[in-house]
Amino acid sequence: MSGVEPVPGAGASAVPALPALPAAPAYDVIHDIGFRHYDGHRFGRGWVVRSLLVETVRGVFGLGRPAKSKVMPWSLIGILLIPPLVIAVSILLTGGDELAISYTQYPGAMELVISLFVAGAAPYCVSRDLRHGVMPLYLSRPMKRSDYVLAKFAGLAISLFGVLALAERLLLVGALLMKLPVGDQIAGWAGGILTVAILALILSGISLVIAAFTPRRGLGVAAIITGLLVVSGIVQILIAIANDKGYPTVASYLPALSPFSLVDGLAVRLLGVAPSNGISYPAGALGLVVFGSLAVATVGACLAVLIRRYQKVGGV
Amino acid sequence: MISGMDPFTGGRDPGDASPAGRSVVVENLTRTFGPVTALSQLNVEMPEGVVGLVGANGAGKSTLIKILLGLLPPTSGRARVLGMDCATQGLAIRQIVGYMPESECLPPDVSAIEFVVHLARMSGLPSAVARERTADTLRHVGLYEERYRPIGGYSTGMKQRVKLAQSLVHDPKLVLLDEPTNGLDPAGRDEMLTLIQQISTDFSISVVVTSHLLGELERISDHLVVIESGVLQRSTSTADATQLSGVVLVEVTDSGPELVARLRAAGAQVADDGVAHTFTVEFAGEWVLDAVQDGAADLGVGLVRMQRRRHHLTEIFRPEQEGAHVRR
Repeated sequence: MSGVEPVPGAGASAVPALPALPAAPAYDVIHDIGFRHYDGHRFGRGWVVRSLLVETVRGVFGLGRPAKSKVMPWSLIGILLIPPLVIAVSILLTGGDELAISYTQYPGAMELVISLFVAGAAPYCVSRDLRHGVMPLYLSRPMKRSDYVLAKFAGLAISLFGVLALAERLLLVGALLMKLPVGDQIAGWAGGILTVAILALILSGISLVIAAFTPRRGLGVAAIITGLLVVSGIVQILIAIANDKGYPTVASYLPALSPFSLVDGLAVRLLGVAPSNGISYPAGALGLVVFGSLAVATVGACLAVLIRRYQKVGGV
Repeated sequence: MISGMDPFTGGRDPGDASPAGRSVVVENLTRTFGPVTALSQLNVEMPEGVVGLVGANGAGKSTLIKILLGLLPPTSGRARVLGMDCATQGLAIRQIVGYMPESECLPPDVSAIEFVVHLARMSGLPSAVARERTADTLRHVGLYEERYRPIGGYSTGMKQRVKLAQSLVHDPKLVLLDEPTNGLDPAGRDEMLTLIQQISTDFSISVVVTSHLLGELERISDHLVVIESGVLQRSTSTADATQLSGVVLVEVTDSGPELVARLRAAGAQVADDGVAHTFTVEFAGEWVLDAVQDGAADLGVGLVRMQRRRHHLTEIFRPEQEGAHVRR
């Protein structure tokens, strides 16, 4: 009934070891080596999570995806790297003795572009797997649900940090080429790196949470842009109103509601740098504690929400 | 040894409790979701080879697979896969078990080769091995030049092959295939079933394959497990169930009833199932075949088919709700 046996050596099933497929017919030129078994080492969870993280980072930059997936991230990266060049050139021309935009002010100045970059990357990281039902394939592999969340979060945060750190590096190179004081610049650059690291963590957390609840990619992109930019705009308005009505203390705490000004405020209190956009932040240690704990709480809450979300997702 | 680096194996030797020749052992397994009982006191042992897991939609097949993969804790009872406890050794099980989901699960914007390499690494294979095995496995499932194109442009049959390849790429000891023939045309179905049979015979990998169609599993399964509403209906080896029965299926171009009458007159047991010019004759000896041939020649009608056949499993189990699907 079942027709001719397609391949010789059907009897090999009893042998669990390497079945070197016996006797390809003599007239056959192509040798079918058959199915080869793998007896080598199998890595554990650490390797699996690392692989997922690496794949996420590659994917964010469009590597291993069609050409059109590379357009958005790389053009935004290009735009992010223009200001450092412009600043370096302007110092060359005008002979100033400091950067027009400091290392910590840079993310605030590029808020729109950074938001767009995250809004494009986060849905790629999680919405795609949700929308196309890829989760069962991941869950049936030697990892836990929370491993998936952590790998995606770390992947996005590292990608974003990588881009921002590159811009910071360009700022530093520009400053040093223009012979600005080396010690000051290195210190400023270190502060900038710390700032963009915190910003990368917070933005990744928030955007992944939004993306994880919007399986449709376009919707996710729109929701993240709205979330980041509109909130930031509303906070600006509220600050203006509070100042206008004579509540400067309230106005000084309001920036904590928007990710960019939260990180900027933290940098101002932590590093004693000048604020971006001329916002005033709560003075003294209390401000540092409030902004610092809010930053930590935001990342923690986002991770908790994500892990909780993924307990339910992708029922095999 | 796998258990050395995995906290979930608890230092147990995966081999120690493995009953020889059985890939899955389920004891008193019950799983409820609130008021709904998905699996009820299930006791079943699945041998190596191809095991067909049959049940209607909602019979509990997918729940059982989730439990076997260690993704869903049983409410009570226990399940062991390759000698490892599903409730505590999920990670170790998933390292050497492959799974092909029923649903669509492939992202459209990557090529088959990129995606399967990625999933091979996700199963714990080093990168170089992952690439090598992906190329091999895609060839084995019959994907050649298409592998370099984005999956979004594939036909259903090609997608099913990619899904199968990702379940095999890490050389598992057992693969769980959930409705692998879903959405395929008859030719695609046949090819998929042949591939599944090869996994067991040529690759020496045990297979548990689910379907709600008993008819297609009987062809390839060594053993069949039938569950309905979470209760085990039957667990039997296919050979026992479908011994070559003494039946000859006959189809003629015309004058069926007359031929039946002649055969009955000659003393043959004829079952006439109401289909015009088609009937089955009990195979009582070579003379029956001669009688059919002579009868047809005498009546001057063409003999379309004369086929000895096995009992179909559907005839043995007769699950009413399946009958409609299986009968062509």
